[in-house]
Amino acid sequence: MSSFINFAAIFPLTTLGHYIHWHFIQISVANLSVIVLMVITFITALVAPFPGRRRRRENR
Amino acid sequence: MSYSEIERQWTTRLRRRFVRLLPPEKLLPDNQPTYVSSWIYVFGVTTLSALMVVIASGCVLAIRGPQWWHTSSVGHFVNSLHLWSVEIFFFAMVVHLWGKYFMAAWRGGRSITWMTGVVTFLVSIATAFTGYVSQSNFDSQWIATQAKDGINATGAGAYFNVLNMGQMLMWHIVLLPLVAVLLTALHVLLVRVKGVVPPFEEQAKVSA
Repeated sequence: MSSFINFAAIFPLTTLGHYIHWHFIQISVANLSVIVLMVITFITALVAPFPGRRRRRENR
Repeated sequence: MSYSEIERQWTTRLRRRFVRLLPPEKLLPDNQPTYVSSWIYVFGVTTLSALMVVIASGCVLAIRGPQWWHTSSVGHFVNSLHLWSVEIFFFAMVVHLWGKYFMAAWRGGRSITWMTGVVTFLVSIATAFTGYVSQSNFDSQWIATQAKDGINATGAGAYFNVLNMGQMLMWHIVLLPLVAVLLTALHVLLVRVKGVVPPFEEQAKVSA
């Protein structure tokens, strides 16, 4: 239980969030992180080899 | 009953039409074209899987109630499971949307499939929003009071009052999930009818 509490302390949820403010754009670091992660996932999905793809092409 | 009478029945005609439109081998196919073996094609089914966890965890929350999900450790776990499955649902749905957008997935008579996806996305946002204001904690009170002016400015406030916790909960657990699930089912059936959209080069080969 104590290790769980220590792990939870890495992400303090009771303090104010961090925000990035640029001209009229204001976004929380948490939301921006999710957007960046989605872009990385999207690009990885396009370029990463899919298991068994080569075998299927050879069979065609 | 004569044969011609059976032929004229609306049930007979509807069944034949449905089977013609979506034969069993198209409804539950055992293989897919080669171009589907790409990671970009897995995000639709990831969204669908996340939706199943959202619905299942939501049902448990509905059975046990707010007292349980706020105070017990298992309640906290199921509450978190509901939240994080929603996060994965939206994450996968956005990547799915980007993938389909750049494939121009509305090609080949798939415009209705595309539109049902778009409307499902919008309904999902409304469902998530009503979920955030139904948490029954300070966070939900803050979100509701921040949102009320925006909602009232659209003129929808008379019918959609974000400060009315009971109304928001009903929207969240009855009306919006019903619409979202029906639209998702329709979307998947349309994908089965028309098939997965081919890449541009595959369509060019077919057209040539």
